[in-house]
Amino acid sequence: MLLIECPWCGERDESEFSYAGEAHIARPLETEKLSDEEWANYLFLRKNTKGLHREQWNHAAGCRRYFNVERNTVSYKISGSYKIGEQGPVGDET
Amino acid sequence: MSKYSIFSLARNAMSFHQNWEKVWRSPEPKKQYDVIIVGGGGHGLATAYYLAKEHGIKNIAVLEKGWIGGGNTGRNTTIVRSNYLWDESAHLYEKAMKLWEGLSQDLNYNVMFSQRGVYNLGHNLQDMRDIERRVNANRLNGIDGYVVGPEEIKRAIPALNVDAGCRYPVLGASFQPRAGVARHDAVAWGFARGADQYGVDIIQNCEVTAIRQENGEVTGVETSKGTILANKVGVVVAGHCSVLADMAGFRLPIESHPLQALVSEPIKPVLDTVVMSNAVHGYVSQSDKGDLVIGAGIDSYTGYGQRGSFSGIEHTVAAIIEMFPIFSRVRMNRQWGGIVDTTPDACPIIGNTPVKGLYFNCGWGTGGFKATPGSGWVFAHNVATGAPHELNAAFGLDRFTSGFLIDEHGAAGVAH
Repeated sequence: MLLIECPWCGERDESEFSYAGEAHIARPLETEKLSDEEWANYLFLRKNTKGLHREQWNHAAGCRRYFNVERNTVSYKISGSYKIGEQGPVGDET
Repeated sequence: MSKYSIFSLARNAMSFHQNWEKVWRSPEPKKQYDVIIVGGGGHGLATAYYLAKEHGIKNIAVLEKGWIGGGNTGRNTTIVRSNYLWDESAHLYEKAMKLWEGLSQDLNYNVMFSQRGVYNLGHNLQDMRDIERRVNANRLNGIDGYVVGPEEIKRAIPALNVDAGCRYPVLGASFQPRAGVARHDAVAWGFARGADQYGVDIIQNCEVTAIRQENGEVTGVETSKGTILANKVGVVVAGHCSVLADMAGFRLPIESHPLQALVSEPIKPVLDTVVMSNAVHGYVSQSDKGDLVIGAGIDSYTGYGQRGSFSGIEHTVAAIIEMFPIFSRVRMNRQWGGIVDTTPDACPIIGNTPVKGLYFNCGWGTGGFKATPGSGWVFAHNVATGAPHELNAAFGLDRFTSGFLIDEHGAAGVAH
């Protein structure tokens, strides 16, 4: 069971949260000028990192706010949480 | 390689079964091959087998970083069916079903394919409308299927709770009689033996670390056993396909998630078919050994850890108990996880890539086992000819740019 720290509510059980995918994907500006490749890149293509991964979580059964988590996708060890718009921690690569 | 038969069994009985020959060789890799298949699971071995058998390409290496069939091939719940909604996927899975029906004979290896039928339960009016639509679509595509009511379900599956007062009442189901289960290990071993007979080198404990390219064309791979050259490389690595794509320099619309399954202690025969429910989100069958084979949904977060979350187990078991209260005191024996490669439209990606000579077969997500022979069949064609088979033409990587997605999410009436 993951123990996830919500930046507003503190550490809570994994079951209180819902996963919201890879973090730091900015919606492109001037979308009317995007090519099909650029749309595919934004909508569908993902890093799917094996190792340190920055991702969004929503505290669905709590404050219902989104935040970012840095987690290792092999060991599932969480190196830290941070609010949207902040620079995250850089965990060790293990 | 000798043929398995009643006579070979009798002959080997004379020597107390001490002299059976090895089922496949374990050769050292050669410097160069015509085709390299990365990934020694069911799909990769089936690809090598059909490349050798149907396309006459026999100078093939199958590179497996662990042991063959040790990934998702050995970690699934062994269900085989072809009742998919959309034409493209229905045709692909039905091709696989037809190959399943003759597979043990073709491979001379018993894959224990048992057509015991699959029920997909409907619990509300919308479920039943979806089921009727899907069964009609299946029948138009020549795939067997029926809509059955609660009385018939009760007769066929006495252990299932169909009481009108239960939390998720069973209003009906779709039933595909030709669906069933197969023994997953035997599928990997049978294809390995078949491929080996044609001279395919199956190289285990050989991890690919880089993909060699020159001028946008693939020239081979770097592995933990040195450089191996080939002008055609087929990648069939399920959960790790993004890692391989990263080596080749492109990205995939794939996220890898843990999916877990569990089996109970062996019990007396209680369930002679396969029961799946999308609404309570679980599926169960009983193996020949007697254990209940249980699965459910993926963990929501991405992961490569080959283990599932505890809350996932709780959710899975709760779903099964909802359907079968009689199982509430059955003890669970083992639990494990696999890494499934999910795509945005829950359909596989089979075809060419931006690198010439490099082909990917991935994105099967939670439902790849049932497609094993069909996947190998079309991918072998794609690798041999350099162009997609008519059955996998719609499943190219380019559909995410063109927008021609095949939305099988939930439409197939399953726990995707």
